[in-house]
Amino acid sequence: MSRNALRRLAALAALACVGFFASSAAADSIENYRTVSDQRLQSPEPENWLMIRRTYNGWGYSPLSQINRDNVKNLVPVWLFSTGVTEGHESPPIVNNGVMFISTPQAQVIALDAKSGKELWRYRKQLPEDLFQLHPTNRGVALYGDRVYVTTTDAHLIALEAKTGKVAWDRTVSDYKSGYYMTCAPLIVKGKVIVGTSGGEYGVRGFVAAFDAANGEPLWKTFTIPGTGEPGNETWPGDSWKHGGAPAWMTGNYDPQLNLVYWGTGNPGPWPPNVRKGDNLYATSVLAIDPETGKIKAYHQYQWNDAWDWDEVRAPLIIDIDKGGQVVKELVHSGRDGYLWQFERRSDKISYLSAQPFVYQNVFTNLDPETGRPQYDSRRIFSSTSSASFCPSLWGGDDWALEAYSPKTGYLYIPVNENLCSKLEGKLGPYEAGQLFIGADISKNLAYVREGADHIGELQAWDLKNNRKVWTHVFPKSQNFGGILATGGNVIFMGGTNDRMFRAFDAETGDVLWEQPTNSGVVAPPAAYEVDGVEYIAVQSGWGVDPQRVQDIFNKDYPQYRGVVPQGGVVWAFALRK
Amino acid sequence: MSVPLDHLRNSRGQAASACAARALLSAARTLSRRALLKAAVCAGLALNLTDAVRADDVDVRAMRPEVGDVLVFANEATPRKMIRVPDLPVGGAPVFAWPMDPRTGIVRDGTRLNRLLVLRLDPAKLSAVTRAHAADGVVAYSAVCTHEGCPVTEWLSQQRVLQCPCHGSQYDPADVANVVKGPTLYRLANLPLRKVDGALVVAGKFIGRLGAQGA
Repeated sequence: MSRNALRRLAALAALACVGFFASSAAADSIENYRTVSDQRLQSPEPENWLMIRRTYNGWGYSPLSQINRDNVKNLVPVWLFSTGVTEGHESPPIVNNGVMFISTPQAQVIALDAKSGKELWRYRKQLPEDLFQLHPTNRGVALYGDRVYVTTTDAHLIALEAKTGKVAWDRTVSDYKSGYYMTCAPLIVKGKVIVGTSGGEYGVRGFVAAFDAANGEPLWKTFTIPGTGEPGNETWPGDSWKHGGAPAWMTGNYDPQLNLVYWGTGNPGPWPPNVRKGDNLYATSVLAIDPETGKIKAYHQYQWNDAWDWDEVRAPLIIDIDKGGQVVKELVHSGRDGYLWQFERRSDKISYLSAQPFVYQNVFTNLDPETGRPQYDSRRIFSSTSSASFCPSLWGGDDWALEAYSPKTGYLYIPVNENLCSKLEGKLGPYEAGQLFIGADISKNLAYVREGADHIGELQAWDLKNNRKVWTHVFPKSQNFGGILATGGNVIFMGGTNDRMFRAFDAETGDVLWEQPTNSGVVAPPAAYEVDGVEYIAVQSGWGVDPQRVQDIFNKDYPQYRGVVPQGGVVWAFALRK
Repeated sequence: MSVPLDHLRNSRGQAASACAARALLSAARTLSRRALLKAAVCAGLALNLTDAVRADDVDVRAMRPEVGDVLVFANEATPRKMIRVPDLPVGGAPVFAWPMDPRTGIVRDGTRLNRLLVLRLDPAKLSAVTRAHAADGVVAYSAVCTHEGCPVTEWLSQQRVLQCPCHGSQYDPADVANVVKGPTLYRLANLPLRKVDGALVVAGKFIGRLGAQGA
């Protein structure tokens, strides 16, 4: 650990002590909390799940193997905990030495005993009465020092004392009345809390920003749309860049060797591409950002002048892959555009390697073999005065649901929606701060099932070494919006379907090994952890937001996929039957 | 709560007649609500009221509409022009509006909960209670869906219902915005109106639940 890092931790510990003693009378103050250091974030112990995907590389992989494909059939619930709120619960349990932190809609953070499910403390924020989002959720907390960091839908970044839940600091990041909000789990890199904004559907100008973990002081702010005079601004006509969207509403991944943060960006807005002719940098891109300065060191834009609401906000996974005896340092991304993208990552460049569709996609006519830049079928592009149909739908081949990678199998696991397409019709009003600025008629069905389709949801496994799909599990009656957990026990855990099931799959074959109906639908990614020698799998069940919108369409027009999924969040913890 | 008169004197309402501006200033000094309203009605046709008077106090701008407030167009492409009954054709699509205090010129746009849908219907086709709160067939409702708080933006002219684009809840504006179709269970809040010298004036507090009530 560097001297600077040590100093920072010492400062944090000192500040945390102040908070601790100030609230030490609290009955539920956590004792023996283990401080989260930079070193622990870089190399977490097998038993812990310290950040949204457990590791900086974004794999969503736990090496734990007590629960494995041979015994997972003996998995049983050991405790449940009601969160007390509805809507989409999209955050994973974050676990540090027996203490679990979950975040929920309505800006709640709850600390639980990871072994028993006992509530240790609960933080609730009073949100503005006029707050409104299309995605009223939260996607997880971050841990650092003795604090817990969370973003809120009124665009605040809040640091809580991990032992007590008391607010250490509360920073307004943006003005929610202008349409900014935040749902992402923060990313912590060497004392900096890095967050990205939501609000593309309100015509915000997206950004990624860093704050000092100790006191919340702003350190840098990097807009995802260059301003006047900055390179890339010329890809936006007139003033369109000012309300061009390109939000950054999910968490980035981090490569400590290159010291680069990889952050995905959303689609440009408003949606009709004719009103912002040009490439619209850096929308629908991955950015390589220097975490010290916020400077963009490299980027790749998946689709230029997007017309399909294909946010590419999931950051690519950082994977080194042995290809024919040569290790390639890659970035891998299962795109909302329905293509599986692979790049080589370098300190100053993101170099295109390959891309291939993992669902039916009828927009790209070809990709430039050198750069990966797509050409489009013009019939698939709507405008402010016309309509167009395209596949996959605006929810994409893989929406925001987190893919996972297992180093044990070498497979990438992708939650997929196949055969779902969209028709968009232009309907553009003037920009008004804080009002929806979409430019498409969202009162119409935004998705339809492709003719002849016999299913929608899939779980796919891809052998990255050989660039081939190895298996597909099909869900004949449901969409799939489930985030994925891969484990050292060669088990894949995922919910995501409208039958309320949480399932375990054989990582090698895709066979269903176990399933459990839950209270609601599972759209959050699961996590694995260990306490006192017992491995647990935990996940929040709480249906809402995007899968519910798709379900509304199904319930109206597609009997095969009809379903009723009750709302209300519950944390489930499973272990092997004793 | 006060607005410096310099704001009015420095008005950039280029199209406003000197007469109208003088009348507005005079009324603002005396704070005679009726006189102010008359002046505003006179000037409002040409005067950009938002440019003329802009309060920075968000709390004041976020106050709920008060009896005596006038209504102004909300769309930023249309400056904050006051809405008069003839501006709204019978059976036409709704317009978005904000309440405005005519004494101070403060537009109550500090919270989206004050955003209104205003439309003019055939008075003969209004339910009795709706007619009691309408002005020449003009009705005003909260533009915030009671389901999850989406902006209600759609007007289905054939069915003559208001629709939320997010989840499809529908409301009947001729019958106090009662729910025609869910998922919402609650009607839109109704803002009673009356007509004063052709202008639409708020006649009472919101009736009904304001904002998202959940599924």
